[in-house]
Formats: sequence, C-alpha cells, structure tokens
Amino acid sequence: MVDAMTTRIFIPRDVAALAVGADEVARAVAAQAAALSTAVTIVRTGSRGLFWLEPMVEVETPLGRIAYGPVQAGDVAALFAAGWLTGATHPLRVGRPEDHPFLARQTRLTFARCGIVDPLSVEDYKAAGGYRGLAKAIEVGGAATVEAVTKSGLRGRGGAGFPTGIKWKTVRDAVADQKYIVCNADEGDSGTFADRMILEGDPFCLIEGMTIAGLAVGATRGYIYSRSEYPHANATMRAALDIARAAGLLGRDILGSGLEFHLELRVGAGAYVCGEETALLESLEGKRGVVRAKPPLPALKGLFGRPTVVNNLLSLATIPVILDLGAQYYADFGMGRSRGTMPIQLAGNVLHGGLFETAFGLTLGEIVMEVGGGTASRRPVRAVQAGGPLGAYLPPSQFDTPYDYEAFAARDALIGHGGLVVFDDTVDMAHMARFAMEFCAEESCGKCTPCRIGSTRGAEVVDRILAGRDVAANIALLEDLCNTMKFGSLCALGGFTPYPVLSAIRHFPEDFHTRNSPGRRLPAAAE
Amino acid sequence: MPILHALQETFGHVPEDAVPLLADALNLSRADVHGIVSFYHDFREAPAGRHVVKLCRAEACQSMGGHTLAESLLRRLGLDWGGTTGDGQVTIEPVYCLGLCACAPAALIDGRPLGRLNRERLDAAVNEARNDWSTP
Repeated sequence: MVDAMTTRIFIPRDVAALAVGADEVARAVAAQAAALSTAVTIVRTGSRGLFWLEPMVEVETPLGRIAYGPVQAGDVAALFAAGWLTGATHPLRVGRPEDHPFLARQTRLTFARCGIVDPLSVEDYKAAGGYRGLAKAIEVGGAATVEAVTKSGLRGRGGAGFPTGIKWKTVRDAVADQKYIVCNADEGDSGTFADRMILEGDPFCLIEGMTIAGLAVGATRGYIYSRSEYPHANATMRAALDIARAAGLLGRDILGSGLEFHLELRVGAGAYVCGEETALLESLEGKRGVVRAKPPLPALKGLFGRPTVVNNLLSLATIPVILDLGAQYYADFGMGRSRGTMPIQLAGNVLHGGLFETAFGLTLGEIVMEVGGGTASRRPVRAVQAGGPLGAYLPPSQFDTPYDYEAFAARDALIGHGGLVVFDDTVDMAHMARFAMEFCAEESCGKCTPCRIGSTRGAEVVDRILAGRDVAANIALLEDLCNTMKFGSLCALGGFTPYPVLSAIRHFPEDFHTRNSPGRRLPAAAE
Repeated sequence: MPILHALQETFGHVPEDAVPLLADALNLSRADVHGIVSFYHDFREAPAGRHVVKLCRAEACQSMGGHTLAESLLRRLGLDWGGTTGDGQVTIEPVYCLGLCACAPAALIDGRPLGRLNRERLDAAVNEARNDWSTP
C-alpha cells in the first residue's frame, strides 16, 4: 500500500524517454527527495506519447496529475524548490496532461491506459478497466465474440487493412487439433512506435486481447513475435507474461472459467521482411524468414501448418475495448469503411512528434500542420512519407487527403501501420528514392527475382540519374522496373517499394529531371 | 532462433564450430543451420568490438540529419558500416528503426538508447565507450 503522506511521481520508463534522460531524472528525483526528507513514491509508467516533452514527469496533486517537461536531471532541484509537489508553476509546467491540446484532441481507446498506469501492475490494469473485455467474451462465448469484432469494423492495423472479424471467423470455422494466435509485433517501419509503446506501457492489454482471440477461435496457444531492436519492450513483455502466468491470467484455467491459453514471446533477429505474415511464420518455426506463396492462407494453414490468426499488435490490443464497450461504440468512430480509431505516429522532422490516436477522417494536413505543428527545424514541410519505408511520399498539395484507407489508396498511398514521417525542404527526394531501393535490396528475402535483383538494379539506375546520365531514359527505365516489381513480387516488400520511388518521381520531378542544371536548389547539407 | 540468440549473447557471435553441434542436436543439416545464421542481420559470424554502436539509418532519423551524422562519424573513425576500430573497442552497425522516431536521430550503444542526437552528444557517447575498457 502507498503511504497516504507520500506524493506519487510518475516518470516514464518508455525507451524514448530513457533515450533522452528519464533514468537520470528518476535518480535525481529520488536523491533530491531524500536530501529534503520528503516522502515520494516514484512510479515508472509507459509514455503518454508527447515525445517532444519527454522526459515528461507527472506529480500527483490535489489538482490531479500535473505534468512537467521536458525535465532534465539538472532541473530537478529547482522543480522541488518551486513546489512542484503541489503542482506549482514553473517554466517546465505543462499542466494537466488531459487538458493539453495534443491529448485533448485525441480519442484514446487502444491507448487509454498507456502512460498512466504502472505497466507491470495487474491491479492498476484491472482498476483502469482491464479484463472487463475478457469477462464479457467468456460470458457471450466464442461465436458472439467473433461477431462483435466483425461488427466493430476493426481492420488489420498492420497495413493491409483486412477485416479482423472475417479472419477470425475463417480460423474459428477451420477444424484442427491445434490452432494458434500470432501477434505481429515486428514493427519495422521507420516512423512507427505504437506497438513498442503498448509492449512497454500496457502489456496486459495485449495479453488480454490475445486471450480473447484464443477463446473466440478455439486456439490454446499464442506467440508474440517481436524485434531484437526493442530490447526494453521485450524485457517488459517477458516480465508481464510471468506476472500473468503467476496471477492465473494465462494457463489452463483462466479466471476460473476453464479457458486455456498459453502465450510466449519470440524475438526476431533484424530481418525487416519477417514483418510480412508468412515470413514471420517461417521465422517462428525457426527457419529463414522467406515469404510463402498464398494460398494457402495462414488462417487455414499457418504456423506448423495449422489454422492461425496472424494479427498486428494494435489490432489485438484494440480487442479488449471493443468487447468491453461494445462493437457499436467502436464502430461509431471513423468514416466510410475505416471504422474506429487509428493510433497515428508522428515522427521525423516534426515539432510535436508522438502518438496521436484519433478517429479516421482528419486530413493529412490537419494532422501534420495542426497537430504536429509543422517541422521541428521550422523550415517548410516538403514531403510526408506515410506508412513506413514502403509508403508513398506525399507533397503539401495532397494535404487535403482524409486519413482513411480508401482515400489514401485512391492517391496511390498507404496508411500502413500509421506512421507519418515529416521532411523539410532540405530533403533530396532522389536520394530518398535511392534509399528505398537500397533498403529493399538489403532486406529482400530473395525468393522473388523482381525484388531480389530489381532493387539492386533500381539503386543503380537512381545512381545514374543522380549523376545526370541519360536522365529521361533512366527515369523511364526506373518506372518500368517499378512496374515489374509491383506486379512480380509475392509480398509487400518488393510489391510496395515502388510506392516511395514512383511517388518521389511523380510529386518531386525537379529532384530527378534537372539534376546538374545550373541554379538547382541544393539540399542544405551541400550548401 | 532462441538458441542462436543465446549463443550470440554468450559469445558475442555465433561461432562456426557451433553450427555442426546445432545441426546434430536439432536434426537439421549443417547447410540449414548456416542458412539461418546467415539470413538474419543480427547474427555475427565473427566477434564485434568491445562496444557496439547501432546507428539508425531509417527515414525518420534521416529527416533529422541522421545520414550526415552517421557518415561523419564513420569518416572520423575511418570505418565502413559494420567495421571495428583498430583497437577493437568500437563497432558501428546500421539498424533500421529503433522505434525512437519522434526523438530522432537515434542510436543504441551497448543496449543503451540515445535520442535527439547531434554530433557533440554522439561523439561524447562514442568516446565514453572507447575509453571504457571494461566489458559492457
């Protein structure tokens, strides 16, 4: 029990906060409190997702939790002296986080608890609404649970946007001695960190979502496939799994309901392509992460040849709230066929970078300029890459595009996993096109020739354009090559690498066509 | 894969001698095991330097000058990606996204995350690693 006389101070343990000094701040707070003989209890939380304010420290006061940020270890003594334990004013005072415009504009369903609770406290999780979704699923049974997920309109948050309920129904209807739930937490896209934030900030939410999925389709085993690039997230998730097993929230008889579900964490080894669901399954089986041809669908022949639900982490972490508050509640958010909320991740050269969960339908311009505040460098925005390294580059002239799966697709762009990377006017788009090809060459699993060879040839063609050789002919060649890759590759790596390349050529032709001409604007790095 | 991770954690790389042992234990061919070790970027076939600096090369970090930052560090150390300094102290490896994209450019030095890097902060961190002869 927490002593009533002690003030609780919440300091994130999210790796993004650690990267900018959160541990040093926590040590300074403990030392200063000891020096002042003031009783404080430091609670380490996930991140609220306001990364430009990290490390953001929250103090529990009679006014509610009052945030201060970005706090450095050197600021701690002055914050105590100013009286932050009672929420006093100070240049770093942010105020109540919920009142901050960045959070006040959001609809947090998937991320309702992240940054607020102690991620490794089952009591905190339950007090904040946790395990109400599973209780509901147990009450209504598997078929009604699948029905609720279908009615909610939830679509796969990994990028493909396939309706989650339909996938579940396929697995539920399949007959097999063993079925599996696999969570794709191989969040390799640049500009994305939502999976990581859940793993670090609300791991029980994923455990509950996967348990519900297991109940819904009749699977008794699940695997979370995470990345080696996320050592902190994996440590937190492992600890959460141990706690859940000890608390009877995983195992043979969950919550005394007779429900059986076993869950394990597996970690990849730096291969981007393993984020593709069939390569991921190969990797889970201990093989090279080489893409499988579909059909057969993983829903019928997945892990070890058994029916398998492969869902993105964000889809699974959204399941508890759908069961708890109802399918209709969730479906009432959004637009068109994009129902519910999307955790958008604003990253790169952006003033207010972070996690922004909102109903579908805001325009790209509102998100980048109003929510994100434009660039961090305070130069004009030139391009936004939406949906990771395989996503298109969009110019400000397309900022009227609504954030919606179909509206993006109509403009040859992807929502993907919800990442938006902002670039200012110093970016060289031909260089970015080359990087897309180079990345594909580096990460190709080697199965399809257009991806394996095409990406290397593509990088060479861009090099010739960069050198100003036969520019028009080489651009035509590059476009042709992109077409071959798009239609001749099994998975999204080879199939979507053309999106960033072609969008760069289409929207920023001046970076390709007029390379050695006099008066060409040089990127800042070359000035 | 968990076995390979454990080997790399213990030895700093996956020794060639381990391949036939693994193949035997798992009832696989040596080619199968070699294929898996060589497929994944993480598994090294030779030991790295005493300290490993993983610099993010992905787009979000590039948008904040990560490319220039990385090139200038490599140039000053006289290394290419994956190279180790002559004293065996520091290896510089590329990484594609640490999920620190809103605090770019980012790096992971011996597992310690660093964000909002500039040349001074990165140099200080790398120098600290170079001058620290203890095992991380």
